[in-house]
Amino acid sequence: MNRYPVWKYAIILIAMLLGVVYTLPNFFGEAPAVQVSSGKATIKVDTSTLQKVEDALKAASVAPQSVALEGTSIRARFDSTDQQLKAKDAIQKALTPESGDSPYVVALNLVSRSPAWLTALHASPMYLGLDLRGGVHFMLQVDMQAALTQRLEALAGDLRSVLREKDVRHGGISRNGQSIEIRLRDAQQLEGAKRVLSAQFADLQAQEAADGTEFRLTASIKPEAARRVQEQALKQNITTLHNRINELGVAEPVIQQQGLDRIVVQLPGVQDTAKAKDILGRTATLEVRMVDESTEARAAEQAGGIVPFGAERYLERDGRPLVVKKQVVLTGDNLTDAQPGFDGQTQEPVVNLTLDAKGARIFKDVTRDNIGKRMAIILFEKGKGEVVTAPVIRSEIGGGRVQISGRMTTAEANDTALLLRAGSLAAPMEIIEERTIGPSLGAENIAKGFNSVTWGFLVIVAFMFIYYAVFGLVSGIALGVNLLFLVAILSMLQATLTLPGMAAMALALGMAIDSNVLINERVREELRNGVSPQAAIHAGYDRAWSTIFDSNITTLIAGVALLAFGSGPVRGFAVVHCIGILTSMFSAVFFSRGLVNLWYGGKKKLKSVSIGTVWRPEGGSAVKAD
Amino acid sequence: MELFKIKKDIPFMKHALIFNAISFLTFALAVFFLFSRGLHLSVEFTGGTLMEVSYSQPADLQKVRGTVGTLGFSEVQVQNFGSARDVLIRLPAQKGVSSAQQSDKVLAALKANDPDVTLRRTEFVGPQVGDELAEDGLKALAFVVVGIMLYLAIRFEWKFAVSAIIANLHDVIIILGFFAFFQWEFSLAVLAAVLAVLGYSVNESVVIFDRIRENFRRYRKMNTVEIIDNAITSTISRTIITHGSTQIMVLSMLLFGGETLHYFAMALTIGILFGIYSSVFVAAAIVMWLGIQREDLIKPIKKDNDPGDENSGAVV
Repeated sequence: MNRYPVWKYAIILIAMLLGVVYTLPNFFGEAPAVQVSSGKATIKVDTSTLQKVEDALKAASVAPQSVALEGTSIRARFDSTDQQLKAKDAIQKALTPESGDSPYVVALNLVSRSPAWLTALHASPMYLGLDLRGGVHFMLQVDMQAALTQRLEALAGDLRSVLREKDVRHGGISRNGQSIEIRLRDAQQLEGAKRVLSAQFADLQAQEAADGTEFRLTASIKPEAARRVQEQALKQNITTLHNRINELGVAEPVIQQQGLDRIVVQLPGVQDTAKAKDILGRTATLEVRMVDESTEARAAEQAGGIVPFGAERYLERDGRPLVVKKQVVLTGDNLTDAQPGFDGQTQEPVVNLTLDAKGARIFKDVTRDNIGKRMAIILFEKGKGEVVTAPVIRSEIGGGRVQISGRMTTAEANDTALLLRAGSLAAPMEIIEERTIGPSLGAENIAKGFNSVTWGFLVIVAFMFIYYAVFGLVSGIALGVNLLFLVAILSMLQATLTLPGMAAMALALGMAIDSNVLINERVREELRNGVSPQAAIHAGYDRAWSTIFDSNITTLIAGVALLAFGSGPVRGFAVVHCIGILTSMFSAVFFSRGLVNLWYGGKKKLKSVSIGTVWRPEGGSAVKAD
Repeated sequence: MELFKIKKDIPFMKHALIFNAISFLTFALAVFFLFSRGLHLSVEFTGGTLMEVSYSQPADLQKVRGTVGTLGFSEVQVQNFGSARDVLIRLPAQKGVSSAQQSDKVLAALKANDPDVTLRRTEFVGPQVGDELAEDGLKALAFVVVGIMLYLAIRFEWKFAVSAIIANLHDVIIILGFFAFFQWEFSLAVLAAVLAVLGYSVNESVVIFDRIRENFRRYRKMNTVEIIDNAITSTISRTIITHGSTQIMVLSMLLFGGETLHYFAMALTIGILFGIYSSVFVAAAIVMWLGIQREDLIKPIKKDNDPGDENSGAVV
């Protein structure tokens, strides 16, 4: 009765094998590395970049362990941190063009030393949380009210110009809190204004009210439009943060949305919080200027001569210089949106810009006066300008809708739109939570967590063996297997391990042994009642199961609650806690039974089992069962 | 080895009244301290800035306190953290001053006094986050209580559910009472420990309830009190060994886990000790007071005999 069919052993073997494979990467440690990733949305890291990196390393005579393109970044591993630093300088120099900023982020990083075949199996070590590796954590709150106010201001401006265009006279348009108030003299104007609103302002909903002899139209943003505005504000802020953090040279930054209006930023390895905060809070701007079409300017572009007075030289995205006038036509403040799309006729990828009322008016005037000339759209990032595009003006452009086209691929159109949108923050943000952990503290925390788990584990296994003999040994092995599975699953999920997570691991082991104690006590009890050894093993496992199941479920309920309502460190604890409970059910019951069956199951005439002392009260003296 | 050589069932329930009185007294004391002293909440809940700095020599707390005091913060706390060289500074949240400015200012002042001070970590929590955390904590607690009660009510009977929850909430209050009495810092990690303990010590009650149910099926002649006594007696060795094992782990955390895990492990220790007490003495006693009967557990139509169970035929 105590035999497992072959398939059950097969399951155990496969599970163990998977467990070992996925746990392994954690043991190889980390190698110093230099990571090259794209610093701008328009630049992709590819094999040509890889070639450049390899050449740079050869030129600097630094021999890397390996250089490889992994996902969207290039990683070069080195033997020592000295080489790592030398290599970083060399790579940075090679990738930075003569003039201007490097379009790549070259950062120091630590990467797993695990062999290639493990990486090929997607087996990578657990991701260490900031409290274990050191770094900075920020939580930012996006001011959504401000985003809505900004949108309303823009809409109010648009409304003014559209009403003027349509010849609807009004007695004033003003933003009042979260709504726009339009005063109108008579019913006819009211009708006109309502028509304009419903035809051209889909985002607004209006309510009319009589105000003495006059009328008042109160327009507010529709809830779904408000939601869209907020979503976009958050997305844009995240994109902007990405762009800015790239400048810091962080190897693996985490920038995530949390809840509806929060952004979490984690920068592992960064110690200079002040600089990080400074960069997160900075703004980038967009400017529209006219291209200087004079012959001197042409000459300056081609031969690199003197730039004419009142003009400046900027680089286009492909590196060609372009001389533009210093006078600014429009700034990013007038840009309300930028979306990628396709031209209606040519099916060419384009970027559609939406300008606010003031911007639209200026744009209309400028384009009318400058047909046939070129206009440059320049993005100022990190204090440096870059010409995103410089199209020729074909006709007067009114209505505030501008289409940028010109030999763009779909990806480029996407990137450009993103870049234009991401230039500045859509809504102000405030840091509401901040944590900095020094690197030495991180290393200490790893040691503390590791020691806690190890010593606790060893003492429990020793005690189990002394108290329950062979059955205790089986329990100990099962506990070890539990730890193996726990680490393997956490590595597989690429869950973030934190110090509370390590505490949860220790606690999970301490609680998991409960199942084995229940089983062992049950088997002893059956033996005490005079049941034959084989029957006792069977009954012990069988009867203990329902208890183990119930008690694990109640623990799991608590774990799930922590997972659902916890944040930050509590979440890290809860993930490990929950997984630990699930793995313990497998290892403590299914696996340990397999071992016991293997040991005792085959023996037909089993006289005794080694489970320590089975004490019988009737005799008054202890009866050794083994 | 066998540590528990118990010849006869121990008449736990005869003394149920005394146990309940003891429980009630500790409970009342815990509530009293909770109200009179209150919890020493960590920065995570109250909002504010926390800095851990490290000196190469044992730090002079008075000097540090003086330095920080001159910067014009009210209610600054300065204490050692783990070792004599590490100092923890707590600053209250200030309106109009960002956390960065606060911590930079303090560090600059400390550096002016002693250049080899290094910043080990800072933590800043805005007041809105703190309120939310407290709210989420209460939600989690409510979720655990309702979840466990529902599960026990379905799996056993409502009387078990009620008594298990009362017994274990009483543990939670007692842990909080300890934290209030000693003014230990109550952080998010401690909250996690408290909830984990709640789930864990319900285990204990479940094991005993399971035995009570099984005994009702097996021993038709015993009365309720005898059945409960037998259930507790036959599970007591398992109870103590299990808790002992868990405590070994917790002790290991207490010894090696450092300051960060100290109060976490502390909460677990109290939870485990009172968990044994409350599940064995309190939960079972409440079940008895609630008047549990054989009929509550053994539904007439239910046929739940295990075919592999040799005893199932013999005892009827």
